[in-house]
Amino acid sequence: MDIVKTEHVQEVISSFANKDVYIHLETTNGSYASHFKEGFLNAGAFIRNVVVNFELGKIVGESPHRVGLKLPSGWVYAQGITHYQVDDLGRLLLAGLDADGKLSVALHISETPFTY
Amino acid sequence: MIEKERHVLIILPHPDDEAFGISGSIAAYRKMGVPVTYACLTLGEMGRNLGNPQFATRETLPEIRKAELLKACEAMGLDDLRMMGLRDKTLEFEDDEDMIKLVEDVIEETNPSLVISFYPGFSVHPDHEATARAVVRAIRRMKEEERPKLYAVAFANNTKEILGTPDIIHDVEETVDQKLAALKAHISQTVWMMKETEAKLKQNDPEMIKWLRYERFFSYKWHADFE
Repeated sequence: MDIVKTEHVQEVISSFANKDVYIHLETTNGSYASHFKEGFLNAGAFIRNVVVNFELGKIVGESPHRVGLKLPSGWVYAQGITHYQVDDLGRLLLAGLDADGKLSVALHISETPFTY
Repeated sequence: MIEKERHVLIILPHPDDEAFGISGSIAAYRKMGVPVTYACLTLGEMGRNLGNPQFATRETLPEIRKAELLKACEAMGLDDLRMMGLRDKTLEFEDDEDMIKLVEDVIEETNPSLVISFYPGFSVHPDHEATARAVVRAIRRMKEEERPKLYAVAFANNTKEILGTPDIIHDVEETVDQKLAALKAHISQTVWMMKETEAKLKQNDPEMIKWLRYERFFSYKWHADFE
């Protein structure tokens, strides 16, 4: 993955607008967060292979960036995006990686379903 | 002293779960000629570590972890690996009966004298807990005289307080090199830990040597069943 180049990412996000696309959206602290630090509120969420059709998508801010997708009656949003890749299947993989290379947030957009 | 078994069945949710506290025993069983089956429920698709520099994306991680798992099995001399195709971080949301059936089927097929898994209530990760519950429930449904032994790994912070000390301790000195090779095979997950481990081994750190050499299990306490 590369450090986000805002213009390129924006171009790719826009290319998915007004199409049915598959989304993977995830935030995580890791499953052991409250094992190593008792009392830590371990929170996270993920959705995968949910189909959305957004009318406008934007990447904004200095790194870590924020990405928002405006749906006809809703929103998809990710904060903390640092890296990206357009993979060999043409999918946009956005990730927020900490200094150790651990994933904190991911937003993937694809015209084909992600592997189970 | 590691007791000889007819067949050992390992049931764990993530590639690398076996490496930390069971791989020395697996290698020892294989050395004794005991057949070992490892049912690994997921490919650890949700592992957080993508590396710096990155070696994976969220989408390529499962293939990388699958290759690491195969390498670890080779290191342990394990030739009956079953990849069960469930998804990391979702096991507790699966149908409970389906989870029990999965365990029942592999027990029925392999007829193990010993099953090794996690200890329900003391295994920290929700996937470990879901796996442990399914294993205990499946074995509980068997006639008492037909049940395999169940060794469980427990590492929650309150383990000693509630379960006491492990009653099964395997000295795996003779297969420690294989254990280190299994840990190294899962490099995507163990890279930082291995740096520290190898540095401590070089200094002959007694705690590290002890950690590697002795694998600790609890015989499942059926008289204090988790439900």
